[in-house]
Amino acid sequence: MEDSNKLNLTRREMIVGTAAAVTITLAAGTINNVEALAIAKAEIVPSAKVSFTVNGKIQQLHMDTRTTLLDTLREHLQLTGTKKGCDHGQCGACTVLVNGRRINSCLSLALQHEGDHIVTIEGLGTPDSLHPMQAAFVKHDGYQCGYCTPGQICSAVAVLQEIKAGIPSHVSADLTVHQNLVIWKYERE
Amino acid sequence: MKSFTYERVHTPAEAAAAAARMPGSKFLAGGTNLLDLMKLQIETPVHLIDIGKLELNKIEHTSSGGLRIGALLSNTDLASDASVRRDYQILSRALLAGASGQLRNKATTAGNLLQRTRCPYFYDTNQPCNKRVPGSGCAAINGYSRQLAVIGSGDACIATHPSDMAVAMMALDATIETVNPKGKVRSIPIADFYRLPGKTPHIETVLGKAELITSVILPPPTGGMHFYHKVRDRSSYAFALVSVGAILQNDGSGRIALGGVAAKPWRSESIEKLLPLGSKAFTEKLLAKARPTHENAFKIKLVERTLEGILKEGRS
Repeated sequence: MEDSNKLNLTRREMIVGTAAAVTITLAAGTINNVEALAIAKAEIVPSAKVSFTVNGKIQQLHMDTRTTLLDTLREHLQLTGTKKGCDHGQCGACTVLVNGRRINSCLSLALQHEGDHIVTIEGLGTPDSLHPMQAAFVKHDGYQCGYCTPGQICSAVAVLQEIKAGIPSHVSADLTVHQNLVIWKYERE
Repeated sequence: MKSFTYERVHTPAEAAAAAARMPGSKFLAGGTNLLDLMKLQIETPVHLIDIGKLELNKIEHTSSGGLRIGALLSNTDLASDASVRRDYQILSRALLAGASGQLRNKATTAGNLLQRTRCPYFYDTNQPCNKRVPGSGCAAINGYSRQLAVIGSGDACIATHPSDMAVAMMALDATIETVNPKGKVRSIPIADFYRLPGKTPHIETVLGKAELITSVILPPPTGGMHFYHKVRDRSSYAFALVSVGAILQNDGSGRIALGGVAAKPWRSESIEKLLPLGSKAFTEKLLAKARPTHENAFKIKLVERTLEGILKEGRS
């Protein structure tokens, strides 16, 4: 307990962190004034404004330039349905829909989304009124631990839209055949 | 991630001028590779110039019957375009062989060309890497090199270029159009675009400082049968051990470009006349100067066999 109260590790991380982190650390009284002054002199954290809609609601934000869309959703808008898995675009747990397309929200800065329409798992359906894909996951018990399920559902919703729009994928045997026929062929196999 | 300042620009010329004004800046397009590398502090730009909303996301037919592909067109939109699917199938197939649906929606044409190597030593900041820290050495040459280059490399670096799309662009004789901070436009044939590592593996292309790619031009369609066969450790979402892009004509001639073997897509037009002699003779000549490590020597046979599969498919 004594160790965790000292927050030694946290202090070191915060020294290389953001001004926001500095504020928090000072409030917690865990670093001395000399250190704080040094940080304050060295750290002027660049920030910028951005505006987009999330699940139909307009959001106007002023962000540290480094903030990813994922961290914006989770830490600033408290939409914690979208999950952080690998944070490097490999696992897909952070998948959200931007202007109808699925992307990895961890590999995108919030600032890149000026004017965009973003939909997260919270925007697809509610516990009382599930999106059909959410209902299908429940019906078929489509989980393992469930952590990345929101990303899988967002991705699955987008995949159906991609098929409808005729967007090919790596299982498209013939690029000139309508995508629905190709999918049918693979399902049969 | 290190702090950086940020600006949005509205024209390509404005973007190039901003980059010239701000040393240490980078263009930000899709960001799928750059932001990943920034999180690992492998890339540490002091300023990002967001070009993502520039009007460079269209495909147009050129007066000569080819295609002009906007630098910011997403990999998904490029692979899905009706003209590309009909006339440049090698390009669709290569794009669809790479990344995931999520990444292809965000990744751009120019960003794909400029993506950095996935050499594990480039990513591991505890290891020396001449590409990441010039002059620090290369841990890959005597390290885990199964995935790495067999030809065109040297004592400084054996990293490969990871792009599938660029292999197809090489086979298609694409041309890369750029604008510099003075507003001057230039066209670079893709065969001249990438630099081999030599002693400066951190310099990967012939692009000048602050020069911005605006489009990629495809010449008129060549016809023929188009193939892109990618061999990798799992059937999707992995980088190539080797890939072979091929455009074969009925008379036995063809174009062959290789991925996964060098710091750039590997092609030799003059050797392509040997194609009618078969995959063995062709591969032996194309990779005659290969200097594989003991871990990746298998790639040479793998290229030959992958090409043999394509040639068989072409004949049937």
